[in-house]
Amino acid sequence: MDWVNAVVQGTLLGGLYALFAAGLSLIFGVMRLVNIAHGDLIVLGAYLGLSVTTILGLHPLLALIVVVPAMAMIGYVLQRGILNHTLGKDILPPLLVTFGLSVIIQNSLLEIYSADPQKLNAGTLETASIAVGGLSLGVLPVLTFGIAIAVIASLQWMFYRTALGRAFRATSDNQEIAQLMGLNRRHIFGLAMALALGVTAIAGIMLGIRTSFDPSIGGGRLIFGFEAVIIGGLGNLWGTLIGGVILGVAQTVGAKIDPGWQLLSGHIVFLIILAVRPNGLFPRINE
Amino acid sequence: MTNTVLKLNTLEAFYGDFQALYGVDLEVAQGEVLAIIGANGAGKTTLMRSISGLTQNKSEMVNYRGADIGALRADQVAEKGIALVPEGRQLFPSLSVEENLIIGGQIGRKGPWSLEAVFKLFPILKERRAQQSTSLSGGQQQMVAIGRALMANPDLILFDEISLGLAPIIIKDIYAALPGIIGEGMSALIVEQDVTKALSVSQRFYCLQEGRVSLSGASATVAREDISRAYFGVA
Repeated sequence: MDWVNAVVQGTLLGGLYALFAAGLSLIFGVMRLVNIAHGDLIVLGAYLGLSVTTILGLHPLLALIVVVPAMAMIGYVLQRGILNHTLGKDILPPLLVTFGLSVIIQNSLLEIYSADPQKLNAGTLETASIAVGGLSLGVLPVLTFGIAIAVIASLQWMFYRTALGRAFRATSDNQEIAQLMGLNRRHIFGLAMALALGVTAIAGIMLGIRTSFDPSIGGGRLIFGFEAVIIGGLGNLWGTLIGGVILGVAQTVGAKIDPGWQLLSGHIVFLIILAVRPNGLFPRINE
Repeated sequence: MTNTVLKLNTLEAFYGDFQALYGVDLEVAQGEVLAIIGANGAGKTTLMRSISGLTQNKSEMVNYRGADIGALRADQVAEKGIALVPEGRQLFPSLSVEENLIIGGQIGRKGPWSLEAVFKLFPILKERRAQQSTSLSGGQQQMVAIGRALMANPDLILFDEISLGLAPIIIKDIYAALPGIIGEGMSALIVEQDVTKALSVSQRFYCLQEGRVSLSGASATVAREDISRAYFGVA
């Protein structure tokens, strides 16, 4: 039963990792941009949540109403102001610029919020649990997993059923020809980043409710996000959820064997999958 | 020559670092079908890119309905009513046939062309509407590419090498459909390596040679020797 428990808890943890990864996956899918600052943007989302809950006295989940649009706006401005200028045939400039951005965000957060660990206070939600078939499931992890499924289902729907999604796919296929269709790729990329950071805001708040955070933890979240995206296969959103789940299960099962193995076993499973299936389990983009 | 739609004023354009066009002057009247002929590397595709905004130039070098558009981006040019059927079709592989057509009409210009009208012109596309665009045959893909450009209800449509890589019988079909496509009021610029085809559907032609206009005139009356000379540059 302990092992079943480890797998179930790992699956639920995978929901959080899928939220980390969804924005990353979206950005890479639409504009082939690898955003090194993604983890720090998740942490930024958590800190914005902290400010909103402190100033307005809102529950962290209600703070989403403010933080999601705020992060989306930051995303649009960031894309049009800086990142669009780095995109081109060479993949190095966006890597360097987002790496720089990562440093800037971390240090700005340090300056404003100090290095003290913070936490979002969600009251009874944090400790509430439900009993299912002999297992005790935390309401928060179940909620996070549900949100991850809802987010990915909405992104999937947006991508394949709406005019915006059509524009994203067309621009991703062929930027020049998309321009001929009257689509301004700078604006389309701005919208994609806005959407991605909107999702990132959700990831940041769920992270902040679950664990304590400080300005330095972005890098670790970035790695988890990357691993989930790559395990699942580039450009496949449902694959990203599965990738998150595999990573989460590997971590909790590893921790069950030996508490010190939690992170290591996640990375090992990632490396094994990368070695056996370099394109991930369900690749959609063949390049 | 009344009602000039498009006017190129000593257009100098570059393909990367390489100068591809040297002072090209050209005019298209309303409702006119113009053929651009020339050998490989004569600058035909750069000319198309320059008009459609994929290559940006000095603003006054391309004039459309009295407005200088040479420096505009492709999406801004598209909104003004110029559509390009690009060389090699270049459909969006992630989009279905129907979605490829719909995105062509994304700009929302009013006019006779709609999804129904395109399906009426090319009924096979209606059957294949839900398929991945890359699963179609070359000729059907070309129909989608033409339909996609028409969906924008352009005033000026540019065809870049629409017969390239297609079977002769398909080329015949597509050229047979052209008069119905270039309806009332719409102007067209046809780039084509098949000189006979190009001359047969156009009223006037321009021949490019190494980035310069080497000959222009009425398509119906031009002598073959003159074309050969202008095309290959032999005396």
